[in-house]
Amino acid sequence: MTDPTLTTALFEVGPWLSFLSPELASRAQFGWAITIHIVFAALSVGLAPFLVYFTVQEVRTEKERYARLRKFWTKLFAIGFVMGTVTGIPMGFMFGTNFAAFSETAGELIGGPLSFEAKMAFMLEAVFLGVLLFGRERVSEWFYALSSVMVALGAWLSAFWILVVNSWMQTPRGHEVVMEGGVPIAQLVDPVAAFFNPRFPWMYVHMQNAAIISVTLLIAGVAAYFVWKNRDSEVWNTALRVAVVVLLITSMFQAIHGDLYAGHVEETQPQKFAAMEAHYETGSADLHIVAIPTELESFTDPRADNLYTISIPYLASFLASHGDPSYEITGLNDFEYENPPVAWVFWSFRIMVGLGFWFIALGAWGTYRLWRGGLADDERLLKALMISAPLGFVALITGWYVTEIGRQPWIIQDVLTTAEGVSPPLTSTEATLTLIAFVIGYILLFGVFLYVFKRLVDEEAERHEVGIEEDDRPDAPGVTADD
Amino acid sequence: MTKLLSDSAYLLESLPEIWFGLVVVSLGVYLLLDGFDFGLGILYAEADEAERQTMLAAFGPVWKANEVWLVLFGTVLFAGFPVVYANLLSRHYLLVFAILFALSLRGLGSKLREERDDEPWVRFWDACFVVGSATSPFLLGVFVASWVLGTPSALAAGPFVIGVTVVALTIVLGAAFLGVKTDGELRARVGRRGQLATAVYVGLFVLTAIVLYGRYPGLQSVLLSGSTVAVVAATVAFAVGNVVAIAHDRFRIALVSAAGIAGAFVVFVATLLYPQVDPAAGLTIADAVVSPLPLNMTTLVAAIFLPIIVGYFVFLYSLFSGPARPEESYS
Repeated sequence: MTDPTLTTALFEVGPWLSFLSPELASRAQFGWAITIHIVFAALSVGLAPFLVYFTVQEVRTEKERYARLRKFWTKLFAIGFVMGTVTGIPMGFMFGTNFAAFSETAGELIGGPLSFEAKMAFMLEAVFLGVLLFGRERVSEWFYALSSVMVALGAWLSAFWILVVNSWMQTPRGHEVVMEGGVPIAQLVDPVAAFFNPRFPWMYVHMQNAAIISVTLLIAGVAAYFVWKNRDSEVWNTALRVAVVVLLITSMFQAIHGDLYAGHVEETQPQKFAAMEAHYETGSADLHIVAIPTELESFTDPRADNLYTISIPYLASFLASHGDPSYEITGLNDFEYENPPVAWVFWSFRIMVGLGFWFIALGAWGTYRLWRGGLADDERLLKALMISAPLGFVALITGWYVTEIGRQPWIIQDVLTTAEGVSPPLTSTEATLTLIAFVIGYILLFGVFLYVFKRLVDEEAERHEVGIEEDDRPDAPGVTADD
Repeated sequence: MTKLLSDSAYLLESLPEIWFGLVVVSLGVYLLLDGFDFGLGILYAEADEAERQTMLAAFGPVWKANEVWLVLFGTVLFAGFPVVYANLLSRHYLLVFAILFALSLRGLGSKLREERDDEPWVRFWDACFVVGSATSPFLLGVFVASWVLGTPSALAAGPFVIGVTVVALTIVLGAAFLGVKTDGELRARVGRRGQLATAVYVGLFVLTAIVLYGRYPGLQSVLLSGSTVAVVAATVAFAVGNVVAIAHDRFRIALVSAAGIAGAFVVFVATLLYPQVDPAAGLTIADAVVSPLPLNMTTLVAAIFLPIIVGYFVFLYSLFSGPARPEESYS
C-alpha cells in the first residue's frame, strides 16, 4: 500500500521478512525503540537537576570543582540529548506509521498533549541547551545558570506531557466513544479528567524519581571510579558525597511510593496486578518476596503456586486492600480477556523490586560511611557502586515493561486492543524490515553512546594522572569556558 | 470563555482553516530553518578542515532548535487532523522511516565527528553528515509531494522533481545563512554556490510546474490561476534579489530573499492542497478536523506558546549572531 516500486522490490525478499505479523512486529519495534529511548529520556530528566545544582554552585561559589563537574556532566547531557532526540522523534511518528488506527481513535485525546510537549517543553529545552553548550562566554553568569534551570524545566515538562498521554491509555477518562464511519473515535469531553486521570500522579512521581535514581547511581558509579583511582580527588569526592545521600533518600521514597502505587494498579488494572504476582487462582494472595524457579518452564510460564518462594502469607491482599488480609484478588484465570505475557511482567517486576532494595542498601551503606568517615577508603563500597552504575536504568526499563506489557492486550485500557490499533495498510514485510533496521541501528547507536561516554571518562582520568586536578582556587581568574 | 470550552462550536468559525494554515506555517518554518542546516551540510562537502570548523560553529547552537519544528509540524497536524496524520504516515511507511534515518545521520554525524581526532573517524562522520544533509530534504520533498499530489511513489515524476527542487532550495538557504555567518574566502565561495543554486532552483521550479501540468490534469486550473502566477512572480523576484544581494556582498538581504523563495514555495504547496488535507483519501479540512473542544483548547495553548517560541528564536539567533567563531565549541 505504500510505495509500489519499493513494494515490488521487497516482494522478492518478502517471504523471508514476513515471519512476524504487522501487530507483533509493530509492538516489538515500539517496545525496542522505547527500551533504548527511555535510557536517554531518563538521562535528561535525571541529570537536569544535578546540572542545575552544579551550575548554580559554580556561579555562586566560583569553585573550580563545580565547574569541572558541570562540564563533565553537561557533555554527557548533550550527547544524551542528541541520542534522545534521534530515538524520540521516531516514536512520535510511529503512532502514525504503525498504530494509525489507534491514532485515529485517540487523536483528540493524545494529539493535543503531544503538541503541548513540542510547544512548551521541547522548544525550551533545545533553545536553552544551545545556550548551555555554546553560550558560556556570551551570557552573564547568572543567565547561564538560569539556562540550566530552563533546560531542566523543559526536560521535566516533556516527561509531564508524555506521561499524560501514557497514563490516559492506562486509566482513560474524560472521553466518550462514538462511531464515525465504522471507526471508534474517543471524543474529548473533559480535558481535566482526561489529563489528570487517576494514573497520572502515580506515574509521574514514580517515573521522575526513577530517572533521578538512575542518574544518581550513574554519578555515584563514575565518582566511585575516580575516587578509587585517586582518593584525594576533591572534584569526585564532592560528587560521591552528594550522590550517596541523594540515592538513600530517593530509593527509600521509591520503595514506599511504589508499594502504594501497586495498590492503585490493583484497583484500576487488576489483570496487570495479577500478572505482576503470577496469581492465577482468585483468592487472598501472599506476598512473594523471593521467587526462584525450580524448573525451566517456570521462566516462560511463571505461576506463583509452582515456584519456590519466600512469602509472607496474606500480605499482598493486606497491602492491596490497605489492611484486609482476606481481601480477594482476582486470579488470571478469571478475566474475560486474554492475559498479558505473564512471564515478562512477573520477572520484570521482580527485577525492578529486587534492584530497588539493593539501591536502598547501597544508599544506606554510602551514607553511613559518609557519616562515620571513610567513604573514599571503603574499596568494597566503591566497587559495588561502580558495578551498580547502570543498574538504575535496568530497573527503569523493567519497570516500564511491567507498565506497558502488563496492560496488554489493551492499547487503551478497556477501549481499544493493540491488535485493533495497528495500521490497516501495514504489511508484515514492511513492519519486519523496519523492526530489523531499528534493532541493528539502535544497537549501533547505543554502542556509539557507550563509546563516547567511555572516552569522556578516559579524558577525565588522564587529567587526574597529569595532575591538573587541584582546584578550589578562589582567586583563579574566573571559570574558563573552554577545556 | 464559554465558547473556548464549548464542545459544539469552534472558537472562530474559520478555526479549522486557521489550523490548516498553522500546519502549513509550521512546515514552512521548518523548511526555512532546517533548510539552512541542510544547505550548510551539503556545502560542507567541499570545505576544508578549517572551514568545516567554522561551519559547525555556525550550525551547532541552532540546529537542534530548528529540528524541533519538524516535531512541531507533526504534532500540530496530529492535534488538528489526527485522521490525516494516521493516514499519511501509515501510507508512506518506509519513506517516513527513511526520512528519520537520514535526519539521524545528519544529527549524529555533526556531533560524533568531534568526539575523536583521527582521520577515519572524522571522515566517516563527515560523510554521514553530508549524505544525511542531502538526502533529508530530498526525501522530505518527496514526502510532501506525495502528500499533496496523492501519489505514493517516490519514483513518480512529480514527487521526484519536487524532491530535487527542495534540495536546491536548501542550498540557496544554506549559502545565504553561511554568508551571514562567515567571511573571506569561504563567504565568497558560498556566495557563488548560492547564486548558482538560485538559478538552478528557478529552473527546477518551472520544470515542476510543467511536470505537474502534464501529469496531473486535476491541477491544471490551479496551475493557471492567479495565485500560481503570483507565486512564480514572487519566486523570480526574490531569486533576482538573492543573486544581486550576493553580488553586492549583502548577505542579510540575501537571507531575507532566500526566505522569500522558501515562503513562495510553501504557499505554492498549500494552494495545491487546499481545501483538501489528504487528497489520496479524499479528505477536506472539514472532514478531517478534530471536534471543537480539543481544537479550541490546543488553539489557546498555541496562541500562548507560539509567540514565546518566536521569542526564543529571536533570542537564540541574536545571541549567536555575527560571524561564527570556530574556536567556540562545547564548553
